[in-house]
Amino acid sequence: MPQQVTRLLVMFLLFGVALVVARHFLVPATFGQIGHYRAAAIPQIAARPVRYAGREACADCHSDEVEAHDRGRHQFVGCETCHGPAAAHVENPTEVKPRVPREREFCPRCHGYDPSRPTGFPQIEPASHNPGQSCVTCHAPHAPVPPSGAPSSCAACHGEIARTKAASRHAAVPCTRCHEVPDQHRETPRTSPATKPATREFCGECHAKTAGEASGVRRPASGVRTSDTGLRTPDIAIPKIDMSQHGQRFLCQQCHYPHSPEVR
Amino acid sequence: MTGYMYPNEIELQWGLLIVLYPYITGLVAGAFILASLERVFNVREVQPTYRLALLTALAFLLVAPLPLLAHLGHPERSFEIFLTPNVRSAMAMFGFVYAWYLMVVLLLEIWFDYRHDLITWTAGESGFMRFVHRVMTLGATDVSPRALRFDNAAGRIITIIGIPSAFLLHGYVGFIFGSVKANPWWSSVLIPVVFLFSAIVSGIAAVLLIYVISGVIRRKPVDELCMGKLASFLFYALTVDFSLEMLDFIHRLYTAEESIKILSALVTSRLFISLVVLQLLLGTVIPLITLALTSPAFERRAIVKVPAAMRRRIFVVAAMLVEVGIFCTRWNIVIGGQLFSKSLRGLTVYKLQMYGLEGLWVSIGLVLLPLAILLVLIRLLPPWTDAGPPAHRAPGTGAVVTF
Amino acid sequence: MDDEGLDRREFLQRCGAAAAIAWVVRVATTEAEQRGDYKAADHLYGMAIDPAKCIGCARCMEACRAENDVEAGAVRTWVERYVLTTDGQTIVQAIDEKHQTKAPVDEHKILRTFFVPKLCNHCANAPCVQVCPVGATFTTPDGVVLVDKDYCIGCRYCIQACPYGARYLDTRTRTADKCTFCYHRITRGLVPACVEVCPSGARIFGELKDRNSPLARYMRFSKLQVLKPHLNTEPHVYYANLDGEVR
Repeated sequence: MPQQVTRLLVMFLLFGVALVVARHFLVPATFGQIGHYRAAAIPQIAARPVRYAGREACADCHSDEVEAHDRGRHQFVGCETCHGPAAAHVENPTEVKPRVPREREFCPRCHGYDPSRPTGFPQIEPASHNPGQSCVTCHAPHAPVPPSGAPSSCAACHGEIARTKAASRHAAVPCTRCHEVPDQHRETPRTSPATKPATREFCGECHAKTAGEASGVRRPASGVRTSDTGLRTPDIAIPKIDMSQHGQRFLCQQCHYPHSPEVR
Repeated sequence: MTGYMYPNEIELQWGLLIVLYPYITGLVAGAFILASLERVFNVREVQPTYRLALLTALAFLLVAPLPLLAHLGHPERSFEIFLTPNVRSAMAMFGFVYAWYLMVVLLLEIWFDYRHDLITWTAGESGFMRFVHRVMTLGATDVSPRALRFDNAAGRIITIIGIPSAFLLHGYVGFIFGSVKANPWWSSVLIPVVFLFSAIVSGIAAVLLIYVISGVIRRKPVDELCMGKLASFLFYALTVDFSLEMLDFIHRLYTAEESIKILSALVTSRLFISLVVLQLLLGTVIPLITLALTSPAFERRAIVKVPAAMRRRIFVVAAMLVEVGIFCTRWNIVIGGQLFSKSLRGLTVYKLQMYGLEGLWVSIGLVLLPLAILLVLIRLLPPWTDAGPPAHRAPGTGAVVTF
Repeated sequence: MDDEGLDRREFLQRCGAAAAIAWVVRVATTEAEQRGDYKAADHLYGMAIDPAKCIGCARCMEACRAENDVEAGAVRTWVERYVLTTDGQTIVQAIDEKHQTKAPVDEHKILRTFFVPKLCNHCANAPCVQVCPVGATFTTPDGVVLVDKDYCIGCRYCIQACPYGARYLDTRTRTADKCTFCYHRITRGLVPACVEVCPSGARIFGELKDRNSPLARYMRFSKLQVLKPHLNTEPHVYYANLDGEVR
């Protein structure tokens, strides 16, 4: 074999041996035991400290609060959602206390009005809803109900709809004009839903060409209309259409959004 | 930031150091492929640059890992890539491609080419240089004609292996980006090929510039034929590179996939200067036009008559513009790919620092360092004949620099 | 007052003692469960998210940060607000966990709007695991993708490879980091912190193989989608009735 080749082979052999020796000392012992990773990493990660105890831990001592809570509107809200991480408190109940958020700014994080929140979720406008007062003054936080016992108006839970309607041509039309609302709806809304109009003739009571003053539309004598929330709407005539020619195969709400019916 | 970015992607993760890395490895691959043109394809005209190209490749290859090490969160753990590589990871496998290229291709090729000269030089030297040259021979001191023929054959075989290895070296860097399906700017079949040809372009331009500069420093005239040939190859490579980039561009515009809106916004706002002005116009179109007008083909047909001195200057300017353009190519891919959100709804900005490991000064230093190393290599392994005793070589083999 | 049954101090002390004992027993059992009795291969974790229930309160972000010591400026989970306007635009913004984030447009311009919680999807075919050069990020036998911060070299390739923006670089450890599904909690029988505090039940965590978990019921009754299905990452986070505008 040429001298060059022997010399080179020796060099590469030395290098290879160095690599094998390095591998033996430098690769962690548990590497490759389960997969292509250091198996000891899993228990390391699993041994991290727990900060949130979980709502089941609270029931051991605070059974009264938990009982009231589990029957109320906040029954699916965890204790630590409002009270913060409490694992340290469970370990040392007398010296470590979780936060008790009584400040007014706290509740609007969830209940302050936001248009992206789902309909049916109770929301208030913090600027105008008893400004300055702490929420817990009127609402018991563990089992919150409105002071009167039930929501007073539809807007309490259907805020986005109420606001949209209030800025629309239907501002003067009360919610109950079109929706029949059973009393139970205020307590268990999903199992006792409100109704929706099911016929074209319903909208025709106001909007058909043949509909007259006697159709039951409440109109103040001065010509200025007000809605049940006291808003004033512009003094324009109710649009009338020929019910036999206009979209005969559809229910009206299949094209016109009733809470904001402007066609433009 | 405009539009919407996922919160964790507002700040860029791969910065200027990661732009430098493909730029430097591109120069390596390009310089080596230029050297292989002479060795394997017997392009005689570029003989004067053969050894210079190899040393350039080595100087840049030694510096190539440095921007990566500077960028890593834990450079002291970087050896893990060699000890426990994830074979499904392009980055891990690239460590081996790099090691293969350095040790088996480049170092061996240089060794076989210089071995005879090293032995000859040690005979007439003393002190430090003699010691260094003796160590470099690795004790293989056989200079019989048979051994020299073996050197030559081995060098040729290694160069033949080296060409696909050089393709692999930089194509792989392209694959590291091209295989990221999460990023529509990177994810493309063409990226490895574009990277490769832009590497060849930058390598040829770099060797051209270094050759001219070394001529100026040594106050020796440059070989006109060599320059012309380098410029020709630069022109061919640039044409292919431009065609590939245009193909990618046209394909994106034509298929107009979901990402087209944000990518168009990216190119027209964040990347306008670096892509349209620097990469395309100054870095590709102008060099193409100037090289075409001054190419030997045109000269033979006397379309444009340009005096020799002017031609040289045009080549140098074209090569410099090309280097700027290729650097911008890397910038536009690495930085550009992180400037838009993977939600396809927003754009962010890259805040380049001045100081610190990720800063501008360190990057400038890393670009200059290979040139400093090249000076040392030229001193240790002179690529030209009149710096040391004349090299003996069997006729019709290897490269002999004749100035 | 001292003679009428227990006074407050005594009551609290007894409470404390009872709680301490209960906690010790609980920790002992869960640690036993975690140590020896916990068999990762028996579990496969997943999460379902119902954007229609999300109220954008960001309690999940706050809880995750507190539970996992997440660095300020990085997020392991976040909430996006989508607003589709009446003139055909889609505006997306990230919810600020500290302050109420205002909607980006006036209400009368809104066609449709909702919140979408996001987190690491713990993909079965995770691109981040595929690209890690050294094996520092991996999928556990129970389906959770984790990062070994003592082995990661901080190359950030995984952060580039994640299509969902779930990963970030922890500048304190200089390694990659991300949501762990609160692995330290779920292996003790708890739920992740974000699931624990979500007030509206928008996040449902459970076992994918268990036909009796809340997750299984959810998967039976909802139309489920994943993010970026065309990338074939096979996420383990499923979105119910996901709007087409969500990326």
